[in-house]
Amino acid sequence: MGSNSLHVLKGINFNAEAGELVAIMGSSGSGKSTLLNILGMLDGADSGEYILDGVPIKDLSETKAAQYRNKFLGFVFQSFNLINYKSAMENVALPLYYQGVPRKERQEKALKYLERVGLREWATHLPSELSGGQKQRVAIARAMAAEPKVLLADEPTGALDSTTSYEVMDLIQKINDEGNTILVVTHEEDIAHMCKRIVHLKDGVIVEDKKVKQVRAEQYV
Amino acid sequence: MFDIERWQEIFDTIRKNKLRTFLTGLSVASGIFILVILLGFGQGMRNGIEHEFKQDATTSVWAWPGVTSKEFKGLNPGRRIRFNNDNFENTASMFKETVEYKSPRIFVRNITVNYGKESLVYSVQGVGADFQFIEGPKMREGRFINFQDENSTGKVAVIGNKIKKDVFTEVDSPVGEFIDISGIPFKIVGVFGEMQDREEERIYIPITTAQRVFNGGDRVNNLSYTLPEVENFDQAVAQAVKFKADLRSYLQQSHTVAPDDEAAIDVWSAMEEAKRYYGITNNMKLFFWFVGGCTIIAGVVGVSNIMLIVVKERTREIGIRKALGAKPWSIVGMILHEAIFVTAISGFSGLIFSMTLLEILGPHVQIDYVKNPSVNFNVAFSTVLVLVFAGALAGLIPALRAAKVQVIESLREE
Repeated sequence: MGSNSLHVLKGINFNAEAGELVAIMGSSGSGKSTLLNILGMLDGADSGEYILDGVPIKDLSETKAAQYRNKFLGFVFQSFNLINYKSAMENVALPLYYQGVPRKERQEKALKYLERVGLREWATHLPSELSGGQKQRVAIARAMAAEPKVLLADEPTGALDSTTSYEVMDLIQKINDEGNTILVVTHEEDIAHMCKRIVHLKDGVIVEDKKVKQVRAEQYV
Repeated sequence: MFDIERWQEIFDTIRKNKLRTFLTGLSVASGIFILVILLGFGQGMRNGIEHEFKQDATTSVWAWPGVTSKEFKGLNPGRRIRFNNDNFENTASMFKETVEYKSPRIFVRNITVNYGKESLVYSVQGVGADFQFIEGPKMREGRFINFQDENSTGKVAVIGNKIKKDVFTEVDSPVGEFIDISGIPFKIVGVFGEMQDREEERIYIPITTAQRVFNGGDRVNNLSYTLPEVENFDQAVAQAVKFKADLRSYLQQSHTVAPDDEAAIDVWSAMEEAKRYYGITNNMKLFFWFVGGCTIIAGVVGVSNIMLIVVKERTREIGIRKALGAKPWSIVGMILHEAIFVTAISGFSGLIFSMTLLEILGPHVQIDYVKNPSVNFNVAFSTVLVLVFAGALAGLIPALRAAKVQVIESLREE
């Protein structure tokens, strides 16, 4: 960082209700990643407030931020970010480890979530033995395992072909159907339309915020 | 520490990087190995010196006459000093309370020694009965010269074991045999052994006999004493130093020698000598610790280096962990744990290997002034402490760096 400051987000007023499935769209440089980082407590906002489930998130110490992330948030990344020397089950169990859940319970829970993403029989496989779509499903299982308030997905389909993308979206929709709040950052129109609400960002401001009729991904699978 | 998950992680990373971990471990192991071997040899030198000094009584003090080098009270330098019986008698009564054993000695010269028809070329020394406890000859057969021999100017002799082996090949024991010293028959009453052959090529006879029979007059070649043993080494040294000074000043006065004339009268104390050698071994020990310490530091820097690479390689993984809710402290713990584990395991193998080597080879080492190099429990224990500390140190910087990993940057697309 130089001495020149750059305002990435220039006043965002955004509110998501529990159970929403929101797509955040925008071209690169629009500030969508920065917004996601702030929501993910990976970065702090210079001004303004962020309230998550009634808890103001501000000036967190690293330890506190880690605790909140663990408790409130689940992350899904474009590049999956699984730990490559750990089996699918161990990957899913990792957030539970940081929650202090006993080993046995951890494994049971991890298997339960793998079951939900349909990968139970792949539990002992390493990420390198899985296809891209499977990896992303493991990542989703991992994000879900901690039972977070919000699931943050950063280009979850960015590295996948369209069929696999729809499979992953189908999964995300099903998780949302169960009442989980999910924010999906994407730049693909068809993915965005599989959400219930689309927020368009441009040059750090929200230019459009509309509810859409959800396109079910099932029909493409 | 007892977290199975974390142990698994450590084993996983080690398994993934066998060669790298092995090479790092090797540098630590060799560091410890060198340290222990050096310390073992330090101890060996100490043992060797102790052994070397044990041959003579460790508390012995010897006085030798020399030649004056300074003019004093009108006497010219270059005067040869001679000790006499009075010197011995006087010191014996003056230092009655201080000394334990005392003996004058005279070297008998210009004599011939014969056994039967055989002519022997061994030195003959006249000594007192106490001499056995000062020089420390071990009696193999018979007895040493005793007070009665001294009082009665007995014609008795004690010979060294080497003489027995060289000359008395045809009899069972030389004890009871007679040797001729300048035509006078002396009865052999004992055989003594010494550590060195050279010291076994001697024939001891009573000093009174030596003086009377071989025209020694009241001349004495040197005076020797031992001081009583004291538990405390420093106290023993102090006692020796004091006695040495007292003895010297008495001898200087009685022979009119300048108090600062070092050449005229030489007083030598085994204790002081021992102290000097102990001082040297102590310095050596320090030096060995220093050298060994440096090697360990080199090893630790190696581990630290490797751990930095590990952190760099695992930046993404650490980022993931942090995103999933790992607290900074748990990341620090993870890296520290691995560093300590690697140093401890490799250090222990170095320790065990070097100690086994010392244990097996130590007793066979035959070098002058080195005897049975070994390390004791304390040394091993302190090396272990050094190790754990070193491991923690090696892991600290990489661990702190790991804790600072920025999640966003680490997960950014490559």
